Order: sequence, then structure tokens, then C-alpha cells
Amino acid sequence: MSGATLLKESGPREVFCGLTSIVWLHRRMPDAFFLVVGSRTCAHLIQSAAGVMIFAEPRFGTAILEERDLAGLADAHDELNRVVKNLLARRPEIKTLFLVGSCPSEVIKIDLSRVAENLNIELKGQVTVLNYSGSGIETTFTQGEDGALKALIPLMPNSDQKKLLLVGTLANAVEDRLISIFNRLGIDNVESFPPRQSTELPSIGSGTKVLLTQPYLTDTARELKSRGAELIEAPFPLGVTGSTLWIQAAANSFGINKSIVDSILNPLISRAKKALVPHVEKLSGKKLFLLPESQLEIPLARFLSNECGMEIVEIGTPYLNRDLMKAEIDLLPPDCRIVEGQHVEKQLDRVRDSSPDLVVCGMGLANPLEAEGISTKWSIEMVFSPIHGIDQASDLAELFSRPLRRHDILNPKTLTSI
Amino acid sequence: MELTLWTYEGPPHIGAMRIATSMRKLHYVLHAPQGDTYADLLFTMIERRGSRPPVTYTTFQARDLGGDTAELVKGHIKEAVDRFNPEALLVGESCTAELIQDQPGSLAKGMGFDIPIVSLELPAYSKKENWGGSETFYQIVRNLLKDHSHELKQTWQEEKRRPRVNLLGPTLLGFRCRDDILEIQKLLAHHGIDVNVVAPLGASPADIIRIPDADVNVCLYPEIAESTCIWLERNLSMPFTKTIPLGVGATQDFLRELHEILEMEIPQSVNESNNSKLTWYSNSVDSNYLTGKRVFIFGDGTHALAAARIANEELGFKVVGLGTYSREMARKVRPAAKALGLEALITNDYLEVEEAIKETSPELVLGTQMERHSAKRLGIPCAVISTPMHVQDVPARYSPQMGWEGANVIFDDWVHPLMMGLEEHLIGMFKHDFEFVDGHQSHLGHLGGKGKQNINQEVKTIISNDSTNTSADPIWTHEGEKELSKIPFFVRGKVRRNTENYARQAGCREINEETLYDAKAHYKA
Repeated sequence: MSGATLLKESGPREVFCGLTSIVWLHRRMPDAFFLVVGSRTCAHLIQSAAGVMIFAEPRFGTAILEERDLAGLADAHDELNRVVKNLLARRPEIKTLFLVGSCPSEVIKIDLSRVAENLNIELKGQVTVLNYSGSGIETTFTQGEDGALKALIPLMPNSDQKKLLLVGTLANAVEDRLISIFNRLGIDNVESFPPRQSTELPSIGSGTKVLLTQPYLTDTARELKSRGAELIEAPFPLGVTGSTLWIQAAANSFGINKSIVDSILNPLISRAKKALVPHVEKLSGKKLFLLPESQLEIPLARFLSNECGMEIVEIGTPYLNRDLMKAEIDLLPPDCRIVEGQHVEKQLDRVRDSSPDLVVCGMGLANPLEAEGISTKWSIEMVFSPIHGIDQASDLAELFSRPLRRHDILNPKTLTSI
Repeated sequence: MELTLWTYEGPPHIGAMRIATSMRKLHYVLHAPQGDTYADLLFTMIERRGSRPPVTYTTFQARDLGGDTAELVKGHIKEAVDRFNPEALLVGESCTAELIQDQPGSLAKGMGFDIPIVSLELPAYSKKENWGGSETFYQIVRNLLKDHSHELKQTWQEEKRRPRVNLLGPTLLGFRCRDDILEIQKLLAHHGIDVNVVAPLGASPADIIRIPDADVNVCLYPEIAESTCIWLERNLSMPFTKTIPLGVGATQDFLRELHEILEMEIPQSVNESNNSKLTWYSNSVDSNYLTGKRVFIFGDGTHALAAARIANEELGFKVVGLGTYSREMARKVRPAAKALGLEALITNDYLEVEEAIKETSPELVLGTQMERHSAKRLGIPCAVISTPMHVQDVPARYSPQMGWEGANVIFDDWVHPLMMGLEEHLIGMFKHDFEFVDGHQSHLGHLGGKGKQNINQEVKTIISNDSTNTSADPIWTHEGEKELSKIPFFVRGKVRRNTENYARQAGCREINEETLYDAKAHYKA
């Protein structure tokens, strides 16, 4: 690895739990329902993070544990059975039901896999019932997607057919664009996981080459490998460089001639670089501090430092997978400080001490920092916005330059006395 | 186990956070797993607070559960006290920590701090947010005042000073509390009554200790402050007001009640009709169209009850539905509904509320942000009267609900959506005029517009099926449809149903212009 300094910190954390990823997963698979087995806190968390009120009836909900459910586990299983059947009667369009474990369900050890198994036998394939944990005691934020995808893998059919499998939720438009680029390169068989319909799972086997679109899929990547797939090592498709290397790695692995790759990518690269210029002007030389949340922090820092000229003060990450992140860390400037874990108070002290121009942080911390005069960017926006790929590089940069631009508009430089 | 897609109230520890964050120089150590920190965003995003809630979360993880979580808790408590140096410490648990039974409150008390430690037990699997807020406020007051000497106090008359009161109940994430406090202070100042302590919002533990210096407690939000007021009455002989000054009549009653408790003469000005503009605006001729408007009311207990009174007595509406999500307030809402000839809707299920709205086909919904969304889907005007809070409910402008100015705000907030409804009606009436561009939409947006389109489509299908229709359902003639289309859209659905019922009863196969009038006369009779 390069000269990055890898540190660990522990203490009070300010991160979302894995349940939060339901917010984008339910949009990706409109035929799936996510049923959290948890407490009123879980229900309140998801509705607070997701703006639930805009849905007439959302495709996620919480089976809220009550006092009597805590008394006997057998009863809790029966109760969950009852809730699921009521739900399925009300929502016959559901094809896949995810039972999502939470902190309380893990602590009282409700066996969701057993409940799922029994329901699958009873429902006879009408609906597929799966389970995974999004609990805060085991997962942060994006790790929820990792768990959900891992739960789907056993259902993927076997096939040794040669294909490129893009793994990780992407915005549909971005996904279409990336697939069309791979097609132009001559890689015709490109599929996505998770699919847009939960029932249309791609097949997998020794011919499958997996290209991760998101950096937080540790367990999913391992499971896919154990099904015979080959994992293509690459940085993640954020920014011009990251996306180019990512596409090239796939092309390489499919034995595509380098000159073909260059002839297709070079025009995209030069166009994207041109579009980056105004943002680079704004971002260059500015100090950036990333607080841990989405695990996208390292690739984002790499893009903002290498392509936008930002100076990295600290990269926080909730969890660091050194294998998946190796290609990214190798690209970071030397002496970059990466902190895994968090002590939120100490970290905020470091934020204040370093007086950064921009802090990437969670929604709970943004306004308090803004009130101290520090511009912020919500990390949750990165998982909702179409930011992947060469063509999106300037949009990605704009997410960071906009708060700085706004700060300048609202705080025009006044003439100081000589 | 209860299936919940959306909930009006959070868990009880959120109520505790509302109290802690409302106060100053207080810190709350919350034994909670990683992820429960989401609650910070309620304050920093919805209220746009420029500071973090004074809460330290222990954020334990699965790997901690194998070890000594009690030590982990103590470490966080020590660090929090060292770093934040609070005047008093709250210690409690969220739902998951409740299961592992570390008893953080007892742990904290054994650590030898010289500040008061308030241990909170908030049963997360049976109680909710408002209960948690109420219990927390009560525990803080009780713990800080339990050793207060119970010597007989002198009255304000004996001490030859102005009377003074405490305003109890306002919190962050409470509906318009920020502005209600100012309005009530203004109101009291006008009558020569001083405010001693406002709590919890803005109060420090030292302020809580000053609560007994007042003559009377004003309970502004029973959801939060009633249990505290009852305790202060029993233990410190402090009387408290029961009337919530929401609306003109209730503000008058509140002032009378307070003057009586303080043994002050009730000033004539209380009864004057020009204290709030609501009274005259409601009497003015253009408010005639408000008469008998059907309103559906749903919210927390306090605001739903007040809304029913204002709607019924001060605006001349007809209340067609009344309910609350607050089980603790059901006892008060039920008789109020009964007095209006209704059965109270007590539920935490927003889909049940939406069904009830559909069934009663009101012309105005007064509800929470969720009812605003439901009403939008149904194409019915709506005003928001109650928590749960949304960023819209924290307006930049001064916008109280209580007192005289509060009544002004309420008049505007409730009547403007109706005027927009009237505008919608006019658009419907004049849509064939050349000035109107097709597809003009009012505030009700696309769904409102689409609703009308659906009705048209429905008409077409019925007409085209004319010759093949063999069912017993009566058929609308072209004239009948034309007459129906002249009826304002917001009652059209109801008129259609009533007329069809009438036609079936009367055995008519066809509904023409006359059938419509026959039905109208029948139902009015």
C-alpha cells in the first residue's frame, strides 16, 4: 500500500445503521418489500431518513415488537407469521419479502431464517421470503445493502456462461449508460445485481466476472467468489480516473484490445475533464475532512484530491476492507490520514482544529457545523445521486463545489481596511 | 407485534431527547446501539438547530455485548461529564439497551458525581414519544425539587409584588412552541402577570429549582407538562391552569381561570371582541361561505381538542370527524367527540385515518403532515395543526397558535386552503371560458387535477356502456351528468353517491336532471 496512514479509533459514533439502506433498495426492486422486525425506534429511523410521507403506502415497514413479544420467543415467531400473512394479503404484488433483523431482534435472538424458511414452505413459491440483518450492533448504513444482496445470492441460478456482472445498486440511468459503454467495447453480456426486478436474478458461475460498483459489498463479494465468480480488482467508478480504470480493468479481463478501449474512452475522458474545469477552480487547494458514514469516503477523497486538487485533512470510514480498498488506497496521495471507526467528539475537535473548507458528514452533524461557519456536504446524498462513471464526474464534483459556491455568494468578500 | 408503515410518535427516548435538547446545561447519556444517533437529525434538520443535541450515545456494537457493557457505559458517562460539565445528568436507555439490562442510571449514581443524576426508565415496548417526554420532564422536576422545603409560601399580595407564573410544557419539536411562549408572555404582561420560569424550553437545572417561586403553573401542553403540574400541585401546593389558550374563546377562558386562581379581578378587556381579528373576520360577510363547512380533525390531543372548539364555535364549521393518535389523551377526546355527535377516532394507523377522511368526505382536513399528504391524494384542502413536526412547521416568521395572535394565525392558516378550494371550484366553473388555459391547476397539484380527469373518464365509460348495461345500477343521462358537473367538485362525489342511492331506492333506471333535484330534496328533507 502507499504511504497512507491507517488509524483506528473507538468511542461514541454518529453513523446510520444498516436499516437505512432500505431507503434506496426498495426503489431499486419495486416488487420487493422490506419488513424490519424491530422496535418503534427502527420505524422512526427509517421514516425520518426516507421522507416516507410522500408514499401512499411505502414498500417497507416495521413489525414493531411489543412487551408480550419479548416474553416468549415462540410467540414472537407466531406473531411475525401473522403480520407477514396480513401484509401479503394486503399487498399481493410483492414477489420478494425481506425480513430485516434489527438490534432488538438480534439481542432477543429471534431466528428470522427459521421464520423465513417456514414461510417459504407455506407460501409455496408464491412469494420468496429472505432475511438479513440491518442492525446497528452489526452494520452501519451501506452494509445493509451488503446484507440484502448476500441474502439473494443463494437464489441465483448456476451458469458458466461468460458475462460481466455489475454488483451494487446504481441509479438506473447511470447503469444503462455504463452497460452501453461496455457493449461498445464488445462486452455484450452485462448484467446487474441487484436486478431491477427481484425475481429476475442473474445467473452465476465460473464464467462470471464481477465488477463492484460500490465499495461496501464485502460479504457479497466473498459469497459471489464462493459461487465460482471471479472478482475484477479495480478502483471504484467515481471520477474520471476511477471510472476509466474501472472500465479498463473489466476490458482487460475480457481481453479487449487496448486500442479499442482507448478509442472509445478517450473522447469521453477529454469531454469529462473539460466539464470538470469550473469545479476544479472552486475546489483546488481547499481543505476537505470526511467523517465516516457510507464507506464511499476513500474513493471520494481519491477523486477530490487527485482530480479536483483538494487537500485531504482526514478520511474517516466506518469500516475498512483493505483488500477491496487496496486499489483505491494505492492512488491516494502519500501521508493521507485514514481513520477507521470513530470517536465523534474527538473527531469534531480535529475538524475544528484543522478549519477545513468542506466537511462531508451525516445529516445530524451538518447544521451544527454550518452554524460554526464550516461548509458541509451530506454523505447520504452520495448514495442517492447518479455519480458513477466518466460522464458523471462533473456532477460528482458539483456536489462538492456547490456548498463552497453558495458560501461565497452569501458571504461576499468585503474590502478590509488597509 | 404491530405492522407499522409510518408512526405519528417516535419511541419514548425521543421524548426524553426533546426535553434534554430543549434545556440548557443538562446532558443526557443514552445507552443505545450504533444507529440510534439518527435522532440528532430531528433537531438539526427539522428545527434547523445550529448545535448538536446534548446527548452522548454509548453506541455499543455486537462485539461489546460479549464483554462488559457496564464498563462501557461508565466510560461514556465519565467522558460526557468531563467534557460537557453539566449542571445535571440524565441517564437512560433506548429499546435495545433496555433488553440487556445494564441499568445505566444506577451505574451513574454509583460513580460519585456531585451533580444531580436523573435516572430514566422509559419502557420502549409499550410507551411512545410524548409519554417519554412527559415522564422525563416529571423526573427532572421531581428529582431537582424533591428536597425543596415545604414551608408555607406567602402570596403575591402579601409580598406586595406582581403575581408570577411558570409556563410549563413547551419543547423543541413541539408544535409552534417557540412562538407560543412569546405570545403568552405578551398576553400575561398585558395583564400585569410576570413569567418566572419557562420550562423545559430554554430552562437550565438551576431554573427548574426556581419553579416554586411562582404563584401558579400554566400548563401549556398537557401531553408534556400535566403530570409535572399535578405533582407540583400535590407536593408544593402550586395550583395550575387547565385551559389551553388556543382560540379566542379558550384564551378568554384561560385568562378568567388564571385571574381567579390568582384572586385578581377579571378585567373587562378579556371579553372585548377586538382582541383577535379572528372574531371580526369570522363575522364579516365574506366568511358566510364558511358556514357549515365540513371539517375532519386529527392530531395530538391538545391541538385536536382546541381545533374542534374553534371550528365549531368560532368559525361556524361543522366537525365531521375528530380523533387523536395520542392514547394518553383519548380520555379527553372521546367526550369532546361525543358532544359533537361523533365517535372519536383513536388510532396510530394513518391508513385508518385516511379511510375515515374518505368516508366523511370533508371539505377541509385539519391534521398532521401525514393528513396533509392523505388530503392531497384525495384532493381535499388541508391545514396542519399538530405534531409530528416537519420542517414546514418551523416557519421563519412569527407564527404562534396560542393567544390572540395565535387565533389570527389559525384563521389565516385554516381559511386560506379553503379559499384555494373555492378557487378550484371557480376554475371548474369557468374552465370553458377562453381565458382559461386547459390544464390549469391550483395548489392541489397534479393529483387534484387528475382526480377530476378520472371522474370524466368514469362518465365516459358509463355512457359508452349504456346499451349493454344490464345491472341494477341506475344510468346517468347526458342531462343528469351535465347538471352534476355544475356542482362543486369537492361535494360532487357525495352528490353522485347520494343521487344513485336515491335512484335505486326510488327504482329509477335513469338519472336525469330532475332525479338529481328529487334526490337533493329527499336528503334535505
